[in-house]
Amino acid sequence: MDKAKDVIIQLTVNNHAGVMSNITGLFTRRAFNLEGILCGRLKNTKTSKMYLLINNDNRIDQIVKQLKKLYDVLEVSICENCDYNIFDNVHELMQGKQ
Amino acid sequence: MRYSGAEIIIKLLEEQGVDKIAGIPGGANLPMYSVLAKSNKIQHILVRHEQAAGFIAQGIARTTGKAAVCFATSGPGVTNLLTAIADAKLDSVPVVAITGQIPSSLVGTDAFQEVDTCGLAIPITKHHFFVSSAKELVHILPEAFRVAEEGRPGPVIIDIPKDVQLEEIEIANWSLEDVAATIVDVEKNIPTASLEDVDKIAQMINESRKPLLYIGGGILQSNSHKLLYDFAKKNTIPVASTLMGLGCFPSNDSLFLGMLGMHGAPYTNLVLNETDLLIAFGVRFDDRATGKIAEFCPKASIIHVDIDPAELDKNKSTNFSVAADIRMVLDELILLIDKNPREEWMAEIEAIKKANPFPISQNNDCWHPLNLIRKIGALVDPDTIITTDVGQHQMWVAQSYPFQQPRTLLTSGGLGTMGFGLPAAIGAALANPEKKVICISGDGSILMNIQELATLADLKLNVTVIILNNGVLGMVRQLQELFFQQTYIATRFITNPDFASMAKCFGIKGYDLKNQGNLEAMLEKILSTSEPCVINIPIDFRENVMPTVPPGAGNHQMIGGKKHG
Repeated sequence: MDKAKDVIIQLTVNNHAGVMSNITGLFTRRAFNLEGILCGRLKNTKTSKMYLLINNDNRIDQIVKQLKKLYDVLEVSICENCDYNIFDNVHELMQGKQ
Repeated sequence: MRYSGAEIIIKLLEEQGVDKIAGIPGGANLPMYSVLAKSNKIQHILVRHEQAAGFIAQGIARTTGKAAVCFATSGPGVTNLLTAIADAKLDSVPVVAITGQIPSSLVGTDAFQEVDTCGLAIPITKHHFFVSSAKELVHILPEAFRVAEEGRPGPVIIDIPKDVQLEEIEIANWSLEDVAATIVDVEKNIPTASLEDVDKIAQMINESRKPLLYIGGGILQSNSHKLLYDFAKKNTIPVASTLMGLGCFPSNDSLFLGMLGMHGAPYTNLVLNETDLLIAFGVRFDDRATGKIAEFCPKASIIHVDIDPAELDKNKSTNFSVAADIRMVLDELILLIDKNPREEWMAEIEAIKKANPFPISQNNDCWHPLNLIRKIGALVDPDTIITTDVGQHQMWVAQSYPFQQPRTLLTSGGLGTMGFGLPAAIGAALANPEKKVICISGDGSILMNIQELATLADLKLNVTVIILNNGVLGMVRQLQELFFQQTYIATRFITNPDFASMAKCFGIKGYDLKNQGNLEAMLEKILSTSEPCVINIPIDFRENVMPTVPPGAGNHQMIGGKKHG
């Protein structure tokens, strides 16, 4: 993936059924693009962390604001120092090792 | 003491101050109904279609500002409710819909009357809760009301499986239970404006030469219409309103320019072209208000205040925007702006008004829909609540009814739902027994929830339904005439019921003013009564809502502005 073209948004969310569909539903409903999702539970909490890979267009501000409005979304930030290779590894997994 | 889930629900609803619930019982919500039967604080209103239950709740919520409740059973009960929920979302109306769900053990098996309520709720609610145990109800019920009413209001669905309604739990101390049941929830900040923000806004206003207020539903939501009036008067700022803002500024005031946008008066849309500072309070720059957004207020700097941060810079970039409660901003702002008569700007507006008047002003035909609506406005008290359906009659009401007070116009602005008017009127009348409620509808819209005449007959409320009957889906016909080379298809009704007789069949009074010699006297006589009734008034199907801004055009490029002039 290309750091200039893409952005990773980092979310902390309540960990219960339906949160994932609330978030993907928002992207469908508002016609935002969504290139990849990584999600995992945080140890000893009732929360999960989520990373969303998004094309960097002029709607990032609006996406972040809409995400903040979701009831089960506790924190939203644009990930400045995320390791972008994580999604590259996922990409490899998806495409199959050559 | 031991309580069932259903008992907890009804008890908590009573504690919220809910005294009316519209709905229909069914297999999956019977435990709740069974407890509701024993409540002496809550009146149940049995509707004939769940969509009407949603709109009755809206009628209550839109007139009181408090969240109102509706009930539906699983499956078709839920899907019937959805239109009213989506409608509440787009117009920011606080509604709590409580739906029965099939027993937890059957969820996911395609059981009888099973539908994924929460999945359906996602794009059309502010939030939804699925309740998996009776214990959770103690937290979720009050939380649903908080979510529905707080910040920018909106609808919330609580989906409760039948076994959860029947589950019995021990509750010793209600207040302690609430704390114990609290799930992870970081306090969301209610946005506020800083003193520097307000200073900056005041400075921009004081330095402007041609300011213009663009107001919407946020004014009534924040209950700031009185402050707004004093504010506009002090600095002499003219006011243009969205459909949702009508009533927030007295329509007979010299500063009021009426509704802007697609069906706004010619002068209103032309003043937008001249302003050098647009003060947007409680609005969302909707396409029906702005026209082609790039050409909206081309000479103006823009200040935007709205409680929802996501509305700022969404459709139009602003020069200065703050996410805050308008009332709090106005409280401070009114002290900081200069007293200014703005004689030059007022003279310019006067000249624009004179050169571009509203196109009907010279037409005296009492059967013309605009004159009919003005006449109705002249005959009733200013606190009369008007509901509309959707279409030509709705825009004629917006253009010509003399609204003086907030929350006196209930109309489906965002979703544009035909069928809204009658059930919303029933809800408004239930919540405001001392007021008259008039539903102004069309012959297309009224049939979309006509079954609620039966509910109206049950309740004998002071609701007058006025059908402006042109035998066509007028607004769509108008679009075909103007923008589809008069290719008329599917807009003329082959048959049309006799509405006056139909009302009588439902057990309420019906009047047909067709061929009525003295229309105005007849109207006056009927409107002076307080029984429910239906009045059919035939109008000319060739009448269009004018002026109109063609799709994709700027507001100043309206057509039909001079037709009758």
